[in-house]
Amino acid sequence: MSAVEVEGVWKFYGDFPALRDVRLEAGAGSCLALIGRNGAGKTTLLRIMAGFSRPGRGQVRIFGSPPRETSTRRRMGFIGHGIAVYDELSALENLTLFGRLYGLPDPRRSALEWLERTGLARVRDGLVREFSRGMRQRLAVARAFLHDPGVLLLDEPFTALDDRAIAVLQRLLAEALAAGKTIVMSTHQLREALELASHVALLNRGQVAFHGPRTPEMAADPGLVYARYGEGG
Amino acid sequence: MNFARLVFIVAAKDLRAELRTKEAVNAALAFALVILLLFSFAFDPSAETTRDIAGGLLWIVFAFAGVLVLNRSFARELANDCLDALIAAPVPAAALFLGKVLANYFLVLAVELVSLPVFGVFYNVPWTSRFWQLMLVVALGTWGLAVIGTVFSALTVNIRLREVMLPLLIYPIMIPALMGAMQLTSDLVVGKPIGPENVAWLKMLAGFDVIYTAVSLLLVETVLVG
Repeated sequence: MSAVEVEGVWKFYGDFPALRDVRLEAGAGSCLALIGRNGAGKTTLLRIMAGFSRPGRGQVRIFGSPPRETSTRRRMGFIGHGIAVYDELSALENLTLFGRLYGLPDPRRSALEWLERTGLARVRDGLVREFSRGMRQRLAVARAFLHDPGVLLLDEPFTALDDRAIAVLQRLLAEALAAGKTIVMSTHQLREALELASHVALLNRGQVAFHGPRTPEMAADPGLVYARYGEGG
Repeated sequence: MNFARLVFIVAAKDLRAELRTKEAVNAALAFALVILLLFSFAFDPSAETTRDIAGGLLWIVFAFAGVLVLNRSFARELANDCLDALIAAPVPAAALFLGKVLANYFLVLAVELVSLPVFGVFYNVPWTSRFWQLMLVVALGTWGLAVIGTVFSALTVNIRLREVMLPLLIYPIMIPALMGAMQLTSDLVVGKPIGPENVAWLKMLAGFDVIYTAVSLLLVETVLVG
């Protein structure tokens, strides 16, 4: 059974089909890089995978279950465009809150552990609104990994990250893959993504233009997929 | 995890965030006090007039001040895309909704409980003569306001003019509850207890709360996820 299955998904905004019969899958322990130009439908697809939005037609299955099932959500981690933590709470309060919502046995201990792993232990009681951009991003990474999700859905995870946050995220993603987790990430940073990816899917105007294993040639020349299968290919 | 515990976690989070900034509560409280003050200066009502308008005046103030709290309920989640994180968490939408209702309920109730003595002083009304019955009416009316306000706060959260849309949507729906609360409050502040003459208003108020809470709990998953 694939960890992530997307079966004939359509999504309409009014009459406009943002996604057209998208079929993808990502096996357990694989990393699928979702690439495509702006407006290709990457974020829409990831939001449907995460259960934030329902498809017009088709279905998504995470470990064989719909993404809105409570048990499925417990096994998913998501990093979107926003950091998804509260400015009015401290770093520790934020992570403890999400630890409680995810039903972790000892939310405070898990929160402290992830603050340590992301280099935020020193500022654990500081309010997020007082954090630098890089610190906020590392806290967002900690929130997504806190409950040890089996599937990580990442929307442009490297965009606007500072060097330290990129290093933290790359290390955590490599560890997650080594531990058999599944990663689906949309990205414009082809070099970083293709270093990590085992599979690549190119979205073009809401349709899958290419879906297959990442080859050594792709890693060597990140523009290759666009050149062969993209609009100009 | 225990449903009630999840409700409590969400409510505690909202209350803690609000108490750190006091944005909504301060605005609502200032609004309520200014309106009470302005009305008292503008009309200089006699004791008899005050008895007639007390319920209406109080509940109009409560409803308008309450909207300032309710508008922030889901708008608070927009910053940093926190709503995504809440929706992604393994929390039933009903628990998320009830947690937010509970937080809003306590915040609006706090504004009302500060406004009531101020009303008593400015309008020279011995509003405590039927204190516990009045508290029952305030509690029921506020619950209805919190439920309707929270569900429409979720519905309008992504609308650009949500501050305008929320009152436009909730006041027409609130009319039965507001009518009941106004009528009962007018009676209670002049010492007339809840009895056979006006108990129907109390039943309507309670019925409104039960029906709209149930309907909101059924619809909230669709409201949040579509």
